[in-house]
Amino acid sequence: MTGRRVVITGIEVLAPGGVGVDNFWNLLSEGRTATRGITFFDPSPFRSRVAAEIDFDPQAHGLSPQEIRRMDRAAQFAVVAARGAVADSGIDLTAYDPYRVGVTIGSAVGATMGLDEEYNVVSDGGRLHLVDHEYAVPHLYNYLVPSSFTAEVAWAVGAQGPSTVVSTGCTSGIDSVGHAVDLVREGSVDVMIAGSSDAPISPITMACFDAIKATTPRHDDPEHASRPFDGTRNGFVLGEGAAVLVLEELESAKKRGAHIYAEIAGYATRSNAYHMTGLRPDGKEMAEAIRVALDEARMNPTEIDYINAHGSGTKQNDRHETAAFKRSLGDHAYRTPVSSIKSMVGHSLGAIGSIEIAASALAMENHVVPPTANLHTPDPECDLDYVPLVAREQLTDAVLTVGSGFGGFQSAMVLARPERSVA
Amino acid sequence: MTTSVVVTGLGITAPNGLGTQDYWAATRTGKNGIGRVTRFDSSSYPATLAGEVPGFAAEELLPSRLLPQTDRMTRLALVAADWALADAGVDPENLAEYDMGVVTASSSGGFEFGQNELQKLWSQGSQYVSAYQSFAWFYAVNSGQISIRSGLKGPSGVIVSDEAGGLDALAQGRRLIRKGTRMIVSGGVDASICPWGWVAQLTAKRLSTSDEPSRAFLPFDADASGYVPGEGGAILIMESAESARERGARVYGEVAGYGATFDAAPGSDREPALRKAVEFALADAGIAPEDVDVVFADAAGVPELDRVEAQALVEVFGERGVPVTAPKTMTGRLYSGAGPLDVATALLAIEEGLIPPTVNVHPAEEYGLDLVVDQPRTAEVRTALVVARGYGGFNSAVVVRAAA
Repeated sequence: MTGRRVVITGIEVLAPGGVGVDNFWNLLSEGRTATRGITFFDPSPFRSRVAAEIDFDPQAHGLSPQEIRRMDRAAQFAVVAARGAVADSGIDLTAYDPYRVGVTIGSAVGATMGLDEEYNVVSDGGRLHLVDHEYAVPHLYNYLVPSSFTAEVAWAVGAQGPSTVVSTGCTSGIDSVGHAVDLVREGSVDVMIAGSSDAPISPITMACFDAIKATTPRHDDPEHASRPFDGTRNGFVLGEGAAVLVLEELESAKKRGAHIYAEIAGYATRSNAYHMTGLRPDGKEMAEAIRVALDEARMNPTEIDYINAHGSGTKQNDRHETAAFKRSLGDHAYRTPVSSIKSMVGHSLGAIGSIEIAASALAMENHVVPPTANLHTPDPECDLDYVPLVAREQLTDAVLTVGSGFGGFQSAMVLARPERSVA
Repeated sequence: MTTSVVVTGLGITAPNGLGTQDYWAATRTGKNGIGRVTRFDSSSYPATLAGEVPGFAAEELLPSRLLPQTDRMTRLALVAADWALADAGVDPENLAEYDMGVVTASSSGGFEFGQNELQKLWSQGSQYVSAYQSFAWFYAVNSGQISIRSGLKGPSGVIVSDEAGGLDALAQGRRLIRKGTRMIVSGGVDASICPWGWVAQLTAKRLSTSDEPSRAFLPFDADASGYVPGEGGAILIMESAESARERGARVYGEVAGYGATFDAAPGSDREPALRKAVEFALADAGIAPEDVDVVFADAAGVPELDRVEAQALVEVFGERGVPVTAPKTMTGRLYSGAGPLDVATALLAIEEGLIPPTVNVHPAEEYGLDLVVDQPRTAEVRTALVVARGYGGFNSAVVVRAAA
């Protein structure tokens, strides 16, 4: 491995509660929630009728009518986020060799909304098994292959280097950024536009999570439906969104006088090889991912100031994760604030990982730890400091963020100040 | 000094052969696996041909509990992974806990499974949707299921870049091994030969509408008019050369180089980026164009795309400067399965010293390619270049070479 270090120099977030980093950070730091009763379709047939939706007008965010027509909502998010991140970083990508600028976008479920809608049409409401190609929209292939998200982003920013979609379910957002970090470190590229996007709030997604009771049925109180680490938690709230980062090699970022949010100092992923949707309570493989990420960052567990948790709000996840923190950080887990922003913005599947990396970087930027909203009832199995309800001002120089997902994937990433002393 | 990464196991499920032996026996003799679609009635659609994997009896090869929760592509992938591990002589139980991971590519997930559940949703209601829908169709399913079936806890991943993704997955496998993981199960297996997948594929306007299996997929031919889609692919076992040496494994060859680029937006005046991907792969392998003994082409079968590929190869290797072949003319285009299958085929070509043919094609003179057609060509093959392109502008290239 080369000595190249990778830093975040640009961030854009589209999250429930508002488009843009300022709206996002205000929501988190004020501990407000953006979950509500589903408005995208009639949710009454479903067990779970709550979601964290974005009020998003693609035209207002600079997409042309043709771009809007050919892109699924998640692709639209990705392009808007990518343009915003590049603008935030102040980087002039035309000054770079385009073959040394790449794109990775993570997505768990791709163009699910577009596929669901278009299927309904070509099958005439599910009546035709031999679906009718005469009714297919011309850009349906872009929905078939979520790689179209990365294609759109690459075109939007003029990148011609190695580009792909990373799709590891609910860890896609961390793994996409982790993949990009590896490409910069190994020297294949100078700049990566990396992040993730998902827009899964559609009938088919609600139905499949209903079937395994993964989402909360708490539709009588949608604003308080997402309750990570709370004793009354009973499933996650589906969300949507995107976050994209600009990643650069440290020295070159310094040379151009870029604002540096944080270094991505360590990243690792492991699998539990156990069950497609189930988790063993011991958190062993996530703990291993955390250990390796810290090792890559050459940091001790005690250097972590804040843990940005996966905290989905399912019974099994929050217990699993709490065990993983104790297993990997030892006593330091009890001394470290842990919070789940999913309590406020819901769980946007593949997108949330990058959104949580953005939240982690902003926590370092502002020296404020976002809270876990809706946490009123302690759970004896979740006995760490989850920063209930109210954000906390504290010196925050290093953050651990983690993800856990279907397929058994467990990922961990460490963000730190680049100027720290590296042993 | 970077770690040398080698391939020590192959698992193949292809339209012209199930298992490495059958596949190679068919491929070296030019046996075509393309035919009329049997999985549904394709007669009402403009395209009617596909490369289907024949005689795949999942119920005999996999535990019955896995069948209701898996799409066809996952069943094919699980079996290919079993075969690859067996071929490599690897029992993951004997490895340290995090020594082996899985990186697969997917282009469109478990699309047939998805169609069935969408049909239930819209015709019967949400409560009829399978509990397995939450993971059976998504792009990560093959990595997850292979990891669970074989107990692989090391670093894993899933790459989606349409037909280029399979090579990108192998490159990511190599990267993880270079970062310290001992072994990676990698490759890609795809299948979306169902009405819903068919209609989605038709919208790209690249499928051949010919109904003659020998005339439908003719890359680099003046009569090229699109491609035939197929299903299947290959799963490979990759490990560091040191690991292979230690355990005395049979080595098929080394994954020596990789390059990837992306095309500029449609309408741009920038040149196609494929040539750069090839040049990056050669540079990464530390070789010159004259060191390459054969090119396994992407072979889109779409005239504009064939022209771009031929031009890139001529610019790098000179006119008729290197033998070029497209065994995928026997299987159709396998999406994320294509690159790994071509890499496996290249390794088998190295082993036997024989370049498998491109079938049914009469090469158009204008392309300036030395296309290996009709008959296999005996040749000393030490180094092969494999090219794959994905819809939208993904270009990837991998160099494989005989073990040192």
